[in-house]
Amino acid sequence: MSDKALFSAKNLQLLLGPLSKNNPVLVQILGICSALAVTAKLQPAIVMALSVTAVTAFSNVILSLLRNTIPNRIRIIVQLVVVAALVIIVDQVLKAFVYDISKQLSVFVGLIITNCIIMGRIEAFALANKPWPSLLDGIGNGLGYGLVLVTVAFFRELLGSGTLFGFNILNYDCVKAFGYQNNGLMILAPMALILIGLVIWFHRSRNKDLIEGK
Amino acid sequence: MENLLNIFVRSIFIDNMIFAYFLGMCSYLAVSKTVKTSFGLGIAVVFVLLITVPVNYLLDNYVLKAGALTWLLGEEAASIDLSFLSFIMFIAVIAAIVQLVEMIVEKFAPALYNQLGIFLPLIAVNCAIMGASLFMQERGYTNVGEATAFGLGSGIGWMLAIVGIAAIREKLKYSNIPAPLRGVGITFIVTGLMAISFMSFLGINL
Repeated sequence: MSDKALFSAKNLQLLLGPLSKNNPVLVQILGICSALAVTAKLQPAIVMALSVTAVTAFSNVILSLLRNTIPNRIRIIVQLVVVAALVIIVDQVLKAFVYDISKQLSVFVGLIITNCIIMGRIEAFALANKPWPSLLDGIGNGLGYGLVLVTVAFFRELLGSGTLFGFNILNYDCVKAFGYQNNGLMILAPMALILIGLVIWFHRSRNKDLIEGK
Repeated sequence: MENLLNIFVRSIFIDNMIFAYFLGMCSYLAVSKTVKTSFGLGIAVVFVLLITVPVNYLLDNYVLKAGALTWLLGEEAASIDLSFLSFIMFIAVIAAIVQLVEMIVEKFAPALYNQLGIFLPLIAVNCAIMGASLFMQERGYTNVGEATAFGLGSGIGWMLAIVGIAAIREKLKYSNIPAPLRGVGITFIVTGLMAISFMSFLGINL
C-alpha cells in the first residue's frame, strides 16, 4: 500500500472528522461521564485525553483484527476484556510515570473502560472495518474528545483558579485592583455541565445542520 | 445502623452519581426523554448496583487486595497483591451479573423485561455501575453492609436524577429554546442547574 493510499481523502476524513463535524462529545454525545469530572485543571485533562486516545486507538485496532473470529453473541464481553486489559496497562503506566496526576484522576482512569466512546467506536466502526482505518478512527475520536476536554478545562482553570497548567496568569495585585476575583463556582462540578452546554451551543450555531428538530 | 443510614443518605444526595461525579451520563442523556422509560431504567440500575457493589466488595477483600488470599492459602499468601487486576475483575463481574439479572427478569417478570428492552444489557457499560465499584474500593468501606448501603443509595440517587430530568424535559418540549441549544445543549444546562441546587445538601453534616 502506498503512502497516498494510507492517507487518502477518505482516511483523512476519518482522522479529522471527529474533531468538529462528528465530534464524539458534542455531536455523538458519547463519553460525557469522564469528560467532565477531570476538567477542573488543564494538566489532568490532557493526561486523560491522551489515555483515552491511546485506549481508543489500540482497542479499535485489536478488535478490528479479531472482528471475523468473535462470535456475535459474546462480542460485548470480548470487547470489555480487551478494553479492560488496555486500561490496566494505561493505569500502570500512569502510576509509574506521573503518580500525582494518577492520584488526581483516581477512579476516572478505571472508568475509561466504560467510556461510551470506546465501546461506541468499536461497535460502530472497528467491527466493520480494516485495522488501518480503525486506527485512524480511534485516534480521531480520541483527539476530538481531548479537544473538548481541553477547551472546558482551559476556561475552568483560568476563571476558577486564575492559573494555566498551574502557572499564575491572573493572580496579581494589579489585576485584583480592578476588582477581579477568581470564580470559585467554576471549580465545582455543576459549571462543567453548564460550560459544555455552552460549548454545544457555540458549536451548533456554527454548524447549523447539527441543530435538532423541535 | 446509624452509620449505614449515614452512608445511604450521603450517597443519594451529597455524593450523587450524576450531579457530583457525572457518572452514567450517556444513558442519562439518551433515555431521559420520557418519565416512564427513565423510571424503568432507574429501577434496573438500582437493582444491578444493589447486587454488584457487595459482590465486588467481597471479591476485592477476599481475593484481590494485598494479602487478601491468606484465608485460603495460609501465611505465605500474605505477599500476593492482585489489586492491579481489579478493573478487569470488576467489569467481568458486572457483565456476568447483568446477564444473570437479564435472565431472571425475563423469566419472572416478562412485563418489566419488555419495558426495559435494550437498556438492560446496556447497563453493563453504564459508568455509574463501574464507578460505584471503584468508589467502593477507593473509600475502603469496612464491611459488606456498608458496601450494600452505598450501592443502594447510589442507585436511588441516579434514579432520582434521571426521573427528575425526564420530567423537566417533558415540560421543556413546550418552551421556546434557542435553536442551537435544543435537545442536548439545554439538557446539559438544566442538569448543571439541578446540580447547583443539589449542592445545597453539602451543608448537611451527617
